[in-house]
Amino acid sequence: MAGGASDTVVRTGRVSRFVIYTVLIVFCIYYLLPLYVMVVNSLKPLDEIRGGGMLSLPQTWTLAPWGSAWSTAQIGIEATGLRPYFMNSILMVVPAVAISTILGALNGYVLTKWRFRGDTIIFGLMLFGCFIPFQMVLIPMARMLGLMGLAGTVPGLIFVHLVYGIGFSTLYFRNYYAQFPTELVRAAMIDGAGFFKIFQRIMLPSSGPIAVVCIIWQFTNIWNDFLFGASFADFDSQPMTVALNNLVSSSTGVKEYNVHFAGAIMAALPTLLVYIVAGRFFVRGLMAGSVKG
Amino acid sequence: MGFLDIKNATKSYGSLQVLHETNIAVEEGEFLVLVGPSGCGKSTLLNMIAGLEEVTSGEIAIRGNRMNEVRPAERNIAMVFQSYALYPNMNVAQNIAFGLEMHGVPKPKREEAVRDVAELLQITKLLDRKPGQLSGGQRQRVAMGRALVRDPDVFLFDEPLSNLDAKLRVDMRTEIKKLHQKLGTTIVYVTHDQIEALTLSTRIAVMFGGYVQQLGTPKEIYDDPANMFVAGFMGSPSMNLFPAKIAVANGVPQAEFTLVDGKTGALPLPNPAMAEHDGRSVILGIRPEAITDLDGADRNSKAIHQVEARVEVTEPAGSDTFVVSEFGSKEITGRFRADVVVKPGDIFPFAINMDKAVLFDPETENRIR
Ligand SMILES: Nc1ncnc2c1ncn2[C@@H]1O[C@H](COP(=O)(O)OP(=O)(O)OP(=O)(O)O)[C@@H](O)[C@H]1O
Ligand SMILES: [Mg+2]
Repeated sequence: MAGGASDTVVRTGRVSRFVIYTVLIVFCIYYLLPLYVMVVNSLKPLDEIRGGGMLSLPQTWTLAPWGSAWSTAQIGIEATGLRPYFMNSILMVVPAVAISTILGALNGYVLTKWRFRGDTIIFGLMLFGCFIPFQMVLIPMARMLGLMGLAGTVPGLIFVHLVYGIGFSTLYFRNYYAQFPTELVRAAMIDGAGFFKIFQRIMLPSSGPIAVVCIIWQFTNIWNDFLFGASFADFDSQPMTVALNNLVSSSTGVKEYNVHFAGAIMAALPTLLVYIVAGRFFVRGLMAGSVKG
Repeated sequence: MGFLDIKNATKSYGSLQVLHETNIAVEEGEFLVLVGPSGCGKSTLLNMIAGLEEVTSGEIAIRGNRMNEVRPAERNIAMVFQSYALYPNMNVAQNIAFGLEMHGVPKPKREEAVRDVAELLQITKLLDRKPGQLSGGQRQRVAMGRALVRDPDVFLFDEPLSNLDAKLRVDMRTEIKKLHQKLGTTIVYVTHDQIEALTLSTRIAVMFGGYVQQLGTPKEIYDDPANMFVAGFMGSPSMNLFPAKIAVANGVPQAEFTLVDGKTGALPLPNPAMAEHDGRSVILGIRPEAITDLDGADRNSKAIHQVEARVEVTEPAGSDTFVVSEFGSKEITGRFRADVVVKPGDIFPFAINMDKAVLFDPETENRIR
């Protein structure tokens, strides 16, 4: 009896496992196919693409489209390739992510451990700021940047992303620090640590998971942003996303699809890299609040 | 003036007053325990001494210096928290040394101090571990180490043993007491456990509803409670409190009350002054150990009286047997020797030591002396 019962369990286990794996594989292919298409076509000469067969592997492998996209392709009116714009994006995203994460952590620390009159109102306003649609702030922001003398510059873009990013980073850190035992802060106060010492020695070292979440979130958003880049940047401060658009939609000459594919992969690579390096901490960080209890 | 002075201190959150005017003068080397049920304001008072909560009105002074505006770090106090509050990212040695580091003590001195404290608390082998790798009892020791290493004027403990299991709690209790005897540092200790309060303290402040109900030595608190709350809260099983009436028979005041079978029990009161309360309704309070079998009664007492009553329940507890009956339609518990043969339904003579009986006013719940 017992043996028969366990047999059935195993058999249904096998069947359902087969179904699960099939579904998973189908979805995997579904999601990976675009990436595959991009990679193989960025490694083909242009006539192979024109001759059809987007899905086939290259007959002659070539890195020429990558070289072209990086340093010689026509972007808008100049033939600079994507390189300067990639640099713009890096110069924009690194300080924007770093500063918004640090400020978010400080805000979260103050809002949970150094509470003051009206703190919930301030937090409410910041939260509200997260959900104001980008389009609504375009014109006021353009005016602001003009007044500050930052219009059309990389620091201007950093400022815009900071303003938008702090709401989210504050939200993350506040919720994380709300779980953080207040007695620890009190113990450190009695031990003689001041406001910044407590932050630096007690809070920050325990903030790894949430910092990773915050960094990934900010990095992806800021790197991928198109609207602010298109609205507030000049030719020499345009981020990667805007340049890629210019590359793809430039009207002169033939459409070099292989170069476009290579450029698109370049634009996606940094976020991909961040996910691969920090992804497992990402899930851990998202769970941390709920599991700790 | 004491070593640690709490003068007319109050605490309010908005319009809600959680601590009413409190005056306690703690002498140097004293072990003061603040005890009371949850929410009575013990932690609030302790945090006010620590400087973690502001004093709404009144004053906290240590060594005669007003502390109200002094930051916690400069009060020369150390505190052990209920959750231990060990810094999770630092190992035990760093945890213990952190306070010294923040106070600018040079590294070699810090290391020496950590070594000494670790030896005293027998945690030398744990110095390299993170708090997450320690058991509850070990964490407790580390938390104490962190307080000890500072060599403060006053130690503050907020329910330090309440997260430990029963056995460990008793062990650590003894250890804290030993430590106090060895170091002689002034301690203010918060607990809601009345046994901890009685065993550890040199003086107890029993708190309830934001008021100090009584301040005194453990013996005063136990034998001479100021009101019904203190009488009921301190002692386990708690004091028997039942309604009675004072009557004067042959010039001797006695307390009369009904027994289970409707008969009236009468117990003479040793204090002749009670005669002036003739006819007054009172609450009579007698501790379980003052209600015994005849042979178990205290031979030194001159006021042992006998009452025959029906036994309702017996609860053998190994060393003693608790016998439950009913006086004045309230359950009362007596503490009999374990080998007394008694079973429910028996009419049994109870020996009552009236030397230890106390009387309360049923309205104000205060002691009638
Ligand atoms: N920030 C606050 N705002 C309003 N009321 C508070 C605040 N902190 C504490 N209280 C109230 O003050 C009273 C005393 O709190 P306290 O923490 O001192 O109690 P306690 O005696 O330590 O209790 P426990 O044994 O549960 O720790 C409680 O009624 C509590 O609700
Ligand atoms: Mg408390």
